[in-house]
Amino acid sequence: MKKFLGKYRYSRILLKELVKTDFKLRYQGSVLGYLWSVLKPLMLFAILYVVFVRFLHFGAGIPHYAVSLLAAIVCWNFFAEATGQGMQSVVVRGDLLRKISFPKYIVVVSATISALINFVINLAVVTVFAALNGVVFRWTVLLVPLFVIELYIFAVAVAFFLSTLYAKFRDISHIWEVFMQGAFYVTPIIVPVSMIASMSVVASKIMLLSPVAQVIQDIRYSLITAQTETVWNYLGNHIFAFIPLVIVVIALVVGSTIFRKNSKKFAEMI
Amino acid sequence: MKDNIALEVKDLHKSFRLPKEHASEIKRAFINFIRGIRGYHKQTVLDGISFTVKKGDFFGIVGKNGSGKSTMLKLISGIYEPDSGMINVNGSLVSFIELGVGFNGELTGHENVYLNGALMGFSVKEIDAMYDSIVDFAELRDFMGQKLKNYSSGMQVRLAFSCAIRAKSDILVLDEVLAVGDEAFQRKCNDYFEEMKDNNNKTIILVTHNMAAVKQYCNKALMLKDGKIIALGSSEDVADKYSFDNLQSVVEAKASELDLGVRDLKVKLLSPNRINQTDKISLRITYKTTRDVSARIDLSIFDADRNVSLLYDETTDAFARGKGKHTILYECDLPRLINDRQLIIYVAVNDSVAEERIAYTAKADSPVMLMRRNDVKKIDRKQEIPVGVVKISGKWSKT
Repeated sequence: MKKFLGKYRYSRILLKELVKTDFKLRYQGSVLGYLWSVLKPLMLFAILYVVFVRFLHFGAGIPHYAVSLLAAIVCWNFFAEATGQGMQSVVVRGDLLRKISFPKYIVVVSATISALINFVINLAVVTVFAALNGVVFRWTVLLVPLFVIELYIFAVAVAFFLSTLYAKFRDISHIWEVFMQGAFYVTPIIVPVSMIASMSVVASKIMLLSPVAQVIQDIRYSLITAQTETVWNYLGNHIFAFIPLVIVVIALVVGSTIFRKNSKKFAEMI
Repeated sequence: MKDNIALEVKDLHKSFRLPKEHASEIKRAFINFIRGIRGYHKQTVLDGISFTVKKGDFFGIVGKNGSGKSTMLKLISGIYEPDSGMINVNGSLVSFIELGVGFNGELTGHENVYLNGALMGFSVKEIDAMYDSIVDFAELRDFMGQKLKNYSSGMQVRLAFSCAIRAKSDILVLDEVLAVGDEAFQRKCNDYFEEMKDNNNKTIILVTHNMAAVKQYCNKALMLKDGKIIALGSSEDVADKYSFDNLQSVVEAKASELDLGVRDLKVKLLSPNRINQTDKISLRITYKTTRDVSARIDLSIFDADRNVSLLYDETTDAFARGKGKHTILYECDLPRLINDRQLIIYVAVNDSVAEERIAYTAKADSPVMLMRRNDVKKIDRKQEIPVGVVKISGKWSKT
């Protein structure tokens, strides 16, 4: 018991310090510093907004489409950043793993927490934009943290799995990059669900089953407008609505088990 | 586990599976698979290690490169998992496989101390309490606000070393960290280790190549060779064994390849290889001649560190004659003058008619001895102040 508490205490101390250091170093040497963590998604948003909303007239007839697009981009960016950095964390921190004994999951968690902090800051910006855009907040805003936690858990689960693979095969980073590029377009970020449904209703329903899509839609629903298709109001069967959640749980169990089994050998592998 | 034991290692085995061709890309793994390279070769690094370290011990681990020292430290520190065997650590253990792990050039000295502290498991509060003593020991108070990348390498090492030794822990594991910083800092480290030697609460495990340090600080030591313990006991004995072992394999030089009529010149030391100033030494020299040689044998006893001949002896001309096998015995008292050193005995065969050297022993074939006087204070040796080659016994008087 004493040993367990000691281990827990060590993990907490180390995690705190690693996240702090990560944060300090992230925008080291840049003039705008932390502002970049807000500016980057805003710039990406500006591009997508001009291309898709102004020129291609996506989202016509959907209330607050611009804010809705920004919210989705912020969510997606978080997931991409957390999984990408989590994947590389074991190798990046290889120096530590080879010289100090500590619970290995710390490196993955610390890498994803940095992304999470960014995410929360960005969501605050989204909320400000929503207010400026005339969104009337409802009580459902209080549900947003739950979805943030769900997305975080999913990202960590994926990061556990990917980091284990990445320690063995460096190709994974390239594969994952391409995969994420593709996944971006099959997730309702730019293209509204209604537009896909006009082509294929089944496809639009399947799309929503991905945990990332579910969280994006739920955050849109609870933060911006009730006129959003979510797993609850769109799939028809409430049992299907639990599929994304089940996927998250399975991912966490599988990811952490694989990670734990292999983590003992990390120091020798990398 | 008994209370007075700090570390207990029992029958420890560790081997690495090294792939015959390493695959860190899928393509390579695939190609290897196609080509049938699936094998690993198993490299045994530690093979049945058992020892215990008592509380308050200053324990040295010595061994050549590749003997398994670092792997053992990593196992003790919990970085590697043992294949089999048991490691029991009693108390908190802080290990320094390398100084300044996690140090980041972009952070200030102050921030690095806290980061390094966290890696060792200390909370901000605990480091607050240690901070002043770390900075004072490193003598870097004026620089703590600066980024580490602007430190000189000596300053970086000093900071890292101070973090290491100021860390409050029951057991401290250090790998090759002596001899850092300038002379003044060295002296400080020396004082610290001297202090720890007498401290019964702190256990230190030190891996080093510096035999003077082992003798000076450690009370116990072990020597590893090819993953096995070949010496375990008092630090003096282990350090001597290490020096001795190293000496014997300095160069695998080939014997003189010239064939001037003498073959298979061999020298065997019949007396013990560890002697004191009153001991006798005796040798057996054997060789074969392929022609009728009228030989004079001579021998030189060299100081192995300085590579100078200290003593010389020779037979009369035409001491051994004829064709065939010759066996010659030699015995002598060493003059009681030789101080503590490592000695090598070289033997040569000379043609006493032609007046030329026709065979001599190679370094690898020459017997090695350790002189360890029993009448000299050992202080000089510990401080590594060069001691005289000979010990004289003059008359000291006070006026």
